[in-house]
Amino acid sequence: MKVLRAATPTLVSLAAALAFGIVLLILAGAPPFEALWLLVQGSFGSASKMSATLLAWSPLLLASAGLVITFAAGLWNIGVEGQIVVGAIAATWVARSLPGPVWVILPATILAGAIGGLLWALLAGVLKTHGGVHEIFGGLGLDFVAAGMVVYLVLGPWKRTGVASTSGTDIFREEAWMPELEAFGTGWSVIPVLLGLASVLVVWMLLRGTRFGLRLKAVGRNPRSSFLLGIPTNRYMLGAFAIGGALAGIAGTVQVTAFHHKLVPAISGGYGFLGILVVLLAGFSAAWIAPIALFFVAISVGSTQLDLRLGLDSAFGGVLQGIIVLFVMIGGAWSARRGSVSPAARGEP
Amino acid sequence: MALEIRDIHKHFGPVRASDGVTLAIEDGSLHGILGENGAGKSTLMKILSGFYEADSGDVDLDGEVLDLRSPADAIKAGIGMLHQDPLVFLPFTVLDNFVLGSPGPERLDRSSARAELERVSGELGFRFDPARLVRDLTVGERQQLEITRLMWLGARVLIFDEPTTGISATQRVQLFSTLRSLAEDGLIVLFVSHKLEEVEELCDSVTVIRQGKVVYEALMPVPSEVLVEKMFGTVFVEKGREPAPFGAPVLELSQLTLEEGTTRIEELNLSSVAGEVIGLAGLEGSGQRALLRACAGLLNPISGRLSVDGNNLTKASYRGHLAAGVHYLPAGRLEEGLVEGISIAEHLVLTSDDTGFLVDWDAAGEAAQQEIDDYSIKGRPSSPAEALSGGNQQRLLLAMIPDDVRLLLLEHPTRGLDVGSAAYVWQRLLERRSDGTSIIFASADLDELLRYSDRIIVFFAGDVFAVRSTEDTDGEELGYLIGGKERP
Amino acid sequence: MEATLNSIIAAAAPLVIATMGETITEKSGVVNLSLEGSLRLSAMTGFVVAFWVGHALVGFAAAAVVGALIAAIIASTSIRLKLNQIAVGFVLTLLAADLASFLGDSFVGERGPRVPALPIPVLSDIPFVGKVLFDHDLVVYGSFLAIAITWWVFYRTRAGLNLQGVGERPEGAFARGIKVNTLRFWYTVLGGAMVGIAGAAYSLDMKLGWRETLTLNLGWIALAIVIFGGWHPLRVAFGAYLFGALQVLAFQLQDVFPGVAQVLPIAPFPLMILALVFVYSSWFRQIGDRFPRLRNLIGSEAPAAMGTVFERE
Repeated sequence: MKVLRAATPTLVSLAAALAFGIVLLILAGAPPFEALWLLVQGSFGSASKMSATLLAWSPLLLASAGLVITFAAGLWNIGVEGQIVVGAIAATWVARSLPGPVWVILPATILAGAIGGLLWALLAGVLKTHGGVHEIFGGLGLDFVAAGMVVYLVLGPWKRTGVASTSGTDIFREEAWMPELEAFGTGWSVIPVLLGLASVLVVWMLLRGTRFGLRLKAVGRNPRSSFLLGIPTNRYMLGAFAIGGALAGIAGTVQVTAFHHKLVPAISGGYGFLGILVVLLAGFSAAWIAPIALFFVAISVGSTQLDLRLGLDSAFGGVLQGIIVLFVMIGGAWSARRGSVSPAARGEP
Repeated sequence: MALEIRDIHKHFGPVRASDGVTLAIEDGSLHGILGENGAGKSTLMKILSGFYEADSGDVDLDGEVLDLRSPADAIKAGIGMLHQDPLVFLPFTVLDNFVLGSPGPERLDRSSARAELERVSGELGFRFDPARLVRDLTVGERQQLEITRLMWLGARVLIFDEPTTGISATQRVQLFSTLRSLAEDGLIVLFVSHKLEEVEELCDSVTVIRQGKVVYEALMPVPSEVLVEKMFGTVFVEKGREPAPFGAPVLELSQLTLEEGTTRIEELNLSSVAGEVIGLAGLEGSGQRALLRACAGLLNPISGRLSVDGNNLTKASYRGHLAAGVHYLPAGRLEEGLVEGISIAEHLVLTSDDTGFLVDWDAAGEAAQQEIDDYSIKGRPSSPAEALSGGNQQRLLLAMIPDDVRLLLLEHPTRGLDVGSAAYVWQRLLERRSDGTSIIFASADLDELLRYSDRIIVFFAGDVFAVRSTEDTDGEELGYLIGGKERP
Repeated sequence: MEATLNSIIAAAAPLVIATMGETITEKSGVVNLSLEGSLRLSAMTGFVVAFWVGHALVGFAAAAVVGALIAAIIASTSIRLKLNQIAVGFVLTLLAADLASFLGDSFVGERGPRVPALPIPVLSDIPFVGKVLFDHDLVVYGSFLAIAITWWVFYRTRAGLNLQGVGERPEGAFARGIKVNTLRFWYTVLGGAMVGIAGAAYSLDMKLGWRETLTLNLGWIALAIVIFGGWHPLRVAFGAYLFGALQVLAFQLQDVFPGVAQVLPIAPFPLMILALVFVYSSWFRQIGDRFPRLRNLIGSEAPAAMGTVFERE
C-alpha cells in the first residue's frame, strides 16, 4: 500500500503524459492506438528491431551513467554531447590510423574514445573551477566547438575518397568494427550492450560502495560542508567530469565503431541530451537508469515506424519522452508541495 | 499615544518568536528595544514593517488599526525599517537606490529625484554623490541612504535593527545625532539593539524582550544592572567546576592581525594549553567568528604568527590545519557541518580514518550503531542528517570529531538545544578536554560561558575588549563588557 | 558595403528580438533555458497559422503566444512548485523542438505569406544611412524598437528599475513593496513572447517556409549572446549584430573557403567563453579596480539572484 501511494504521483503523471500523446496523435490525424502499437512493434516487434533497440540502448546507457556521476557532484554536464563527439573523433582517428587485428584496435578505440571524452569534459571542468564559467555554458560552447570540429574533419582532412560529403568519412575497415554476431541475421554486436550495462553497474557501485562515490555525493549536495569535512571539492568535481566524460567518450566510440562504422556529422545521435532526460526521470539515481533508458530508446527506435507506416514525423518519440519527464517532474513537485521537497523532486541533483 | 502594538503572536514551527507582545510608544520618542540574540526583537520589528504577517494581534498608528500584510502596506502607513544589513542594491547608483520602489510617474525623472535626494539628505545632514555605485559606499553611508529614502517616503515610524553593527565610531556619533533630531521632529524611532551602552546613551524609554515576551518597560535612565538582569535573566552559575590539569601550549597566536568584513582584530597575543577551555563572549559579529575561522585556517591573517603544537600554521591551508589536529565546528549544523541527504553512517564514513577505496557498509553500519549508542543519538545508521533534531545533529557532529584532535573550535555548540542535550554535549566536550584537547568556543549564553570556560575573552565592535579569568568575573560584569562598558 | 550592412542588420533582427526578450527575463531573475526549443516551436506555429489564415501578422501573434506559454510553464513551476528552472527549461527545450518537428512535418516545403518590404519614405533616401537602416521590413524596424524600448524601460522608467531590483536582490525589492513573484512571472512571459515573435520572424521573414533546421542552434546562441552582452541591452544587441555579421560573412565566404563557412557560425560560443574567462581573471580584476569606468563598460555581472526562488520568509 505504501509503495503504491508513493508511486501514485508518478503513475498519474505517466497516464497524463500518455493522454497528451494520444491527443497529439489525434490532432495530427493519426489513429492513436495503432500509432502506439507501432511504437512497441517498431522497437521489439522482431529480432532485427530488437537488435536495433539494444544497439541504441548502449550509447544512451553510457551517456546516462556518466551523467549520474556528474549530477552526483552537483554539475549540469550539458557538454555531454560534445564529449560523445570528441570521443567519436578520437576513436575514428585510431580506427583510421592504427593497423592490426580486431583485438588490438577494439581496446584501442575504446580507450581513445574514453580519453577524448575525458579531456573534453575536463576542459569544461577547469573552465568552471578555475575560469568562472558556469558548466552549462562552458559545456554548450564546447558542444559547438566539437560539432564544428567533426564537420571540418568530415569535409576536410578525413573526407571521403573522391568527393567530400556530409554523409561522412569512408567506412572503416572491418577490423575496426566492433565484432558482430550473426545471430540476428543483421549483424549485431553484443559488446556495446555489455559496455553500457557495465558502465551503469560501475557507476552504481561507485556511488553506492566506495569512499570516492560517497565523497562525490557529499560535494554535490553541500560543497561548503564537504570542504569543511576536509574533502578537496574542486578535485572531486574535476574527477566527476573526467568519469562522466570518459563514459560519454566511449558512447562516441560505440557510435562510430558499432553503429555507423564511420564518422558522420551528427555522430552523437542526441544521446547526450536524451541521457539528461533519462537521469532527470530516474531522479538522479543509477538504479533506474537501465530500464528507463531502454524505455526511452524503444520510443526513439519505435517512432521511426510512425514515419514509415503512418507518414508521421518520428519526432513524436521525442515529444513523448519530453512530456513524460515534464509531467513526472511536475507531478512529483505537486504532490510534495505540502511536505518538504527533496532536492531530487525539485529537479536538482 | 501614537504607535500601539497589541498582543502580537508569531510562531515558527514550535518556536514562539513573539508570544503576546503589547507595547505603546508615543510620538517623538526614541525608544530602545533590548534583548539578547534570539529574544524575538527582530521578529517583532519584521511584523511591524510588513515582512512577516503576525499570527494574531493588532498594530495601531494614531488610533487606526493597520492592515500590515506586506512591506508595501507598512510603507504606506508610514512605517520604515532599516535592516541590519541595509537592503540596498550594490551594483546600482545611489540615485537609483534612492528611487527604487518609490511611487511616482512611470517615466523616471532623475533630475528631480536628484534634487529630492539632495534636499532630504541635506535636511538630515548627509551628503551623497548620486552617481556613485552603492557598492563603493561604506555600511554607514548605505544606512544614511536608507534613512534618507525612508524619510522621503514619509516615514513616521523608523525602525533601526542593530544599526551600529559594522559602522565606524564617527559614523555612529553622526547616526545618533540623526536619530535624536528625527525624534525631536516628532517621529517615533525604534532602536533595536543588544548593546546596553548605546541604549543608555541614546534612548528615552526602553522595552526589554526575552523569549518572545515583554519583560520590562521603563523610562530612561535605568540602572545598568537592572537592564542586564532583565536581558539575561538571573545568571546562576554552579561553581565547583573541575578544571582539568593544564598541559603544554597548543594554540599560540602572536601579534596576529585579522580583518574580515567589519571585523579588525589588531595584534592579538593568545595562547591556550592542553586541557583548557576558552570561551569567546560578545554580540554576534563582534569578531569571534573571524578569530575561530582564522584558527581553523579559513581566514588568512594579515600579519602575525599562528602555531599549533609548535607547528607554524600561519600560511597553512584549511586542510593543513586539519592535518595538524585542528577541528572546527561552525554554527550552521546543516549548512556548514552536515550534508543533507547523507545518512549518519555515511557521515561517519566520510570522517573516518579508513581510506580504503571500497566501503564495507555492514561494518560501517555497525560502527555507526556503536557511535549512535555511544552518543545517544536518536536515529538509525540510515537516517539522513536533515531528519535529526538539532540536538542529535550536534551529537552526530561530536561523534565525527577525530580522536586525536588537538584544538577544537566551536561556534555556539549548544544553540537551539534543550537543557538535556546541551548538558550532554558539554559532558562529551569536557571528556575531550580532560584527554588533553584545547577547546575554544564562542557563545551568546553567559551561563554556558561561565560554567565551562577557564578563561573568557570578550569581543566588542570587531576587536578583543577584555580578557577575564572565569574565577574573577560574573554574569553581571560580562553583561557590561559585552555591551562595551567596564563595570562601574 | 551598404548592401552588406543592410543584410547584417536584417539577418540579426530576429536574434535581436529574442535576445532582448531573454535579457528582460534574466534581469528579473529567471532563466528561460528553453530558447532553442521555443524558437523552433514558435517558428513552426507562426508559419502554420499564417499559412492557414493567409496573414503573416496572425502568425506572429500565434508564435508570441507559444513562446509566452513555454515561459509561463518555467515561471510558474519555479515560483509555485520550486522546480529547478534549468531542469524544466532543458526538458522544454527538447520537448518544444520535437513538437515542432512532429506537428510541422506536413508543412515542410509549403510557401506561406511573408512580411512585405517597407522602405520608410524619405528616410530611406538618405545616402548610406537610409539604405542601411531604413530599407527593411516591419520585423527589422521591430528589432530596432525592441532595443530602444528595452534600453529605455531598463534605464529610464520606474518599472525598469524595479525589474532590475527584483533580479538583483528580491528581498530588497520586497522590502520596498514590490511584488517580486508577480513581476517575475509576467516579465518571463513577456520575454518568452518576444522569443516567440523572433521564431516567427525566421519562418515568415528571413526564410519563407518551415523546416526543422530553420532555427538550428540559434536558441543556444541567443543565450550565449545575452551573457556575452552582460545583460545590457545595447551590448547584447551588439553581440547579436556581431553574430549577424558572422552569418553574412560565412554566407559570402562559402564559395571561397568552404570550411570557414561551417566554422564561423560556432564562433560566438568560444568568444563568449573567452569573454567570461577574461572578465573572471585576476588580471582583469586588477585593471578593473584601477579603472572602474572600464570595469563598468566591459565587466559583466549577472543579476545576483538569477535562477533562484524567492520566498517570503
